[in-house]
Amino acid sequence: MKTILFILWLSFLSVPFMGLKGGLWLLSGIVLAYCIFLIIKKSSNLLKEFRLPEIPYNLKILYALIFVILLVLPFVLKDYYLDVIILAGIYIILALGLNVVIGFSGLLNLGFAAFYAIGAYSFALLTTNAGLGFWTSLSSTLFITALSGFILAFPALRLRGDYLAIVTLGFGEIARLTLNNWDSLTRGPNGISGIPSPFVFGFELSSLSHYYYLVFIFVLIAVFIVRRVYHSRIGRAWLALRDDEMAAEAMGIDTTKYKFLAFSFGAFWAGLAGTLFASKMRFVSPESFTFMESVFVACMVILGGLGSIPGVIVGSLILVVLPEVLREFQLYRMLALGIGIILMMVFRPLGLIRSKG
Amino acid sequence: MFFQQILNGVTVGGVYALIALGYTMVYGILELINFAHGEIYMIGAYLGIIFIGIFTVIGLTQYSIPLAILLSFILSALFCSAYGFTIEKLAYKPLRKAPRLSPLISAIGVSIFLQNYVMLTQGATDKVFPHILETTKIEFFNLTITTLQVFIIITSLLLTGLLHLYVMKTKTGKAMRAVAQDKVMASLLGINIDRIISVTFIIGSGLAAVAGMMVAMYYGLVNYSIGYIAGIKAFAAAVLGGIGSIPGAMLGGFILGIVESLAASYLSSEYKDAYAFVILIIILLIKPRGLLGKSQ
Repeated sequence: MKTILFILWLSFLSVPFMGLKGGLWLLSGIVLAYCIFLIIKKSSNLLKEFRLPEIPYNLKILYALIFVILLVLPFVLKDYYLDVIILAGIYIILALGLNVVIGFSGLLNLGFAAFYAIGAYSFALLTTNAGLGFWTSLSSTLFITALSGFILAFPALRLRGDYLAIVTLGFGEIARLTLNNWDSLTRGPNGISGIPSPFVFGFELSSLSHYYYLVFIFVLIAVFIVRRVYHSRIGRAWLALRDDEMAAEAMGIDTTKYKFLAFSFGAFWAGLAGTLFASKMRFVSPESFTFMESVFVACMVILGGLGSIPGVIVGSLILVVLPEVLREFQLYRMLALGIGIILMMVFRPLGLIRSKG
Repeated sequence: MFFQQILNGVTVGGVYALIALGYTMVYGILELINFAHGEIYMIGAYLGIIFIGIFTVIGLTQYSIPLAILLSFILSALFCSAYGFTIEKLAYKPLRKAPRLSPLISAIGVSIFLQNYVMLTQGATDKVFPHILETTKIEFFNLTITTLQVFIIITSLLLTGLLHLYVMKTKTGKAMRAVAQDKVMASLLGINIDRIISVTFIIGSGLAAVAGMMVAMYYGLVNYSIGYIAGIKAFAAAVLGGIGSIPGAMLGGFILGIVESLAASYLSSEYKDAYAFVILIIILLIKPRGLLGKSQ
């Protein structure tokens, strides 16, 4: 009875926006969805008793298999799919960086796109205006973004929780507005085009598959380093900071130092992702770095599981690949993203793959 | 020119103040930045246009325009209250005991959902508020002010005052203050916390709807994306005035409106939207409790 009233109530709320007919459609839609939900709920009891037979497998062989598949992927896939995979790789690096800040250290950063933007623009400007090579620009970009992370950590030190979220959000917006209006340097909304393709040891990376391998190598490096840091003294200090700042401080952890480290280290990866993005697209404009972008990356981290590295990879893959698969429903995908975030928070706040500890 | 800009700033500030009230009340009670509040304001603006449209069709506007506008205000506020109530029940209430960041993220989800919901049902293009009310200009000391501006300023002052009285004088208001101070103690004393939270959302959303409709009348245009930026600015206003304080929200709204309009005309109008963030960051760093906030 309660559910029926609730469904009626929702439909009633939507009447001014969708008209009477639309409200009725929505009503029937919700009723249908609810019936399906009930059926699934019934059958899930049956499913609980049913267990997958244990397949004996060796984890090492499995990883090796995945590795080989990833290596030969460019020979099999069409350019379009390869493009999506490359984008997913860039997002994995970005999400790994944000995961350091949100997942490991518990500092909610809603302006992460700013570091991504700083990375992409630094790289674009260094290669076009200054005419530097790929590796010089890359290392300078990484330095610049890590430094910008360091700078943002100053206000962040004094704030906690949602106040921090708001200040980082403000930082992101200020960064975007600056890129949009500083015409003499960033060429405003027109963006910077004509970023040259990178040379690696005298070999020009021009085709998509070259980029695929470049991104692939960088993803491997990122996963490796982030994993190592996570299991190091620094990583444990971050976790302590996330779980209880006071207790961490009482145990002799220099919280200030580790917050600086978390922000710089996170921003560092955003810089790498920005570099790869700029170099692949050969074009950057402020549109790519809106607040939605920050939220999107945060969703990857949250969806996959805060603090879990495999989780972040899965989360990024889902959020990049799924919208491409569901291209016909493009209009509805942001709607679904919103509902997805709410459901995620209500039913599985720790993400798909929970981090240990 | 200077005073004219202040006057315009006060008008916009009144709108910020009305939205800020919702933020400040919810934050005072739940310690949650209700990201979806800006969208409620946007929905209020759309509903205003929709109801005026309906009244035009059924011929009420020919009978009496002020009555039609008043009814639109009331209906839009009621509907937005219902939205606020439902959102709280669906997206925030299950997360009452979750870590602090969960409701914030859930609120971002609600915000994304509502924005796209309105975009899909009403279209991505700007909606025009029907020009049914003739505004007259009042001139004094070289300043011009329209009757609509006067209306906006008076309404926001009046509603803020009424809310302040409500919170200070009535039994529910007293309960709200008790819940804001200490939830556990308040529930021990027999206050129904869920009801108080619902009331907070209902009032806040209703005020946001009024703000939305006034903006729709003032600028004549609304878009599904206006909620986000207005929400952030109103939040900045709430923080500036001291979060949890009702007169503070009003003061913060007016100051923000004035600063923004002066800075846009004397410094640079391209960075208009950035000033609110700069103010917000400075306030959080220097005086996190805001101008009228209570010290702990």
